[in-house]
Amino acid sequence: MYTQSMDTLSPEEKQLEAAAKAKLRSAEELQLQQEFDARIDAGDFIEAKDWMPEHYRRTLVRQISQHAHSEIVGMLPEGNWISRAPTLKRKAILLSKIQDEGGHGLYLYAAAETLGTSRDQLLDALHTGKAKYSSIFNYPTLTWADMGVIGWLVDGAAIMNQVPLCRCSFAPYARAMIRICREESFHQRQGYEALLTMMTQGTESQRAMVQESVNRWWWPSLMMFGPPDAESPNSEQSMRWGIKRISNDDLRQKFVDATVEQAKVLGVSLPDPLLKWNVARQHYDMGPIDWPEFWQVVGGDGPCNKERLAARVDAWDNGAWVREAALAHAAKQANRQQQSVKAA
Amino acid sequence: MNIKNDSTTGNKHAGDVPKELNEWPLWEVFVRSKAGLDHKHCGSLHAADATMAIQLARDVYTRRQEGVSIWVVPSTSITASDPAQKDNYFDPMADKVYRHPSFYELPAAVDHM
Repeated sequence: MYTQSMDTLSPEEKQLEAAAKAKLRSAEELQLQQEFDARIDAGDFIEAKDWMPEHYRRTLVRQISQHAHSEIVGMLPEGNWISRAPTLKRKAILLSKIQDEGGHGLYLYAAAETLGTSRDQLLDALHTGKAKYSSIFNYPTLTWADMGVIGWLVDGAAIMNQVPLCRCSFAPYARAMIRICREESFHQRQGYEALLTMMTQGTESQRAMVQESVNRWWWPSLMMFGPPDAESPNSEQSMRWGIKRISNDDLRQKFVDATVEQAKVLGVSLPDPLLKWNVARQHYDMGPIDWPEFWQVVGGDGPCNKERLAARVDAWDNGAWVREAALAHAAKQANRQQQSVKAA
Repeated sequence: MNIKNDSTTGNKHAGDVPKELNEWPLWEVFVRSKAGLDHKHCGSLHAADATMAIQLARDVYTRRQEGVSIWVVPSTSITASDPAQKDNYFDPMADKVYRHPSFYELPAAVDHM
């Protein structure tokens, strides 16, 4: 998954990065670095307890935790429609999908924790706005068609991003991604099928609703792949480390090429007058993306940034008593067990 | 960064978390995918106690009938070999090729034994 915080490091993080690069290193550390580089070059997996450069560790914590936050925040736009799903079947599917997102967040948090950052620290970074999540979840879900379009385009783009990460050099992340990709394929299919049902069996206004939704989500979905390669300075290092396998622009192209055909079958148009097959390139050409909008949303000024973050912070704060009570109960039970062992 | 790791996953010990954060302890989850197979490590999760760890593991790791049995183990209870020593520790076995059946060349007529 494209990690937006890679391109939006805070001054504090930038300082850390610079300090790490400038630090004098011992002969022993240089030796470890060489061994590490050789393992990366050989395509080996790095496990959590293996030696790794600090920069690699920090980059992974940032990327994996942002990915986890995206899964958890991603539950909110869809949660909006659980009580308004048109049929019991669609409601069950939507619930199941949202439950999956929660599970995916958990796999990813667990992978990030292996790097030595606690869950509470990760969540604190989200809640205080230090950590980012995918820009796409800062857009509102206005109609039922949005549930289908999110499955088809947003999850489709996420899968495109995530499949190469199954071969990520950091093994706990790669293992989490394998599980996630296996579960996520239903997400895209259910979305497409829901749209297909409306397009083939629906009324005129339902078809118009699908088209309107596609028009709204198309560009934000393309932005999910991140800025153009030329403007993503940290991508090169991530490629070198095998944390990122395919560039932003290449993945975006792959997504567009696959999606145009799917749109034809569905019977919707894509809102890009410049979208056209290029025989020479054997790819679709596309129109310019509104990058100022992207940076605005990443920077915190999207349609729903405040609402999303507030929902997460509220859930965390209002759940504090449950977390405390569970710990108190566990301590009481353990205590009782100890007493009865002593007595016996 | 000095992290005290557990063994298999490298997760931090629950005991290492600063007190004020008050996290639930970390558990390692093992799932038997079907009768006759081993339990296999599939991930970790936080839970207040063992009962809750089993319930959460059911919800998190077996949403699609991936298992028929679950074990949960406090991450702090796992002891592991040292990854920095793995070359010394496991390599001596590489030169004992006679421990493998393919080391022995037999006449074709009996080679499937």
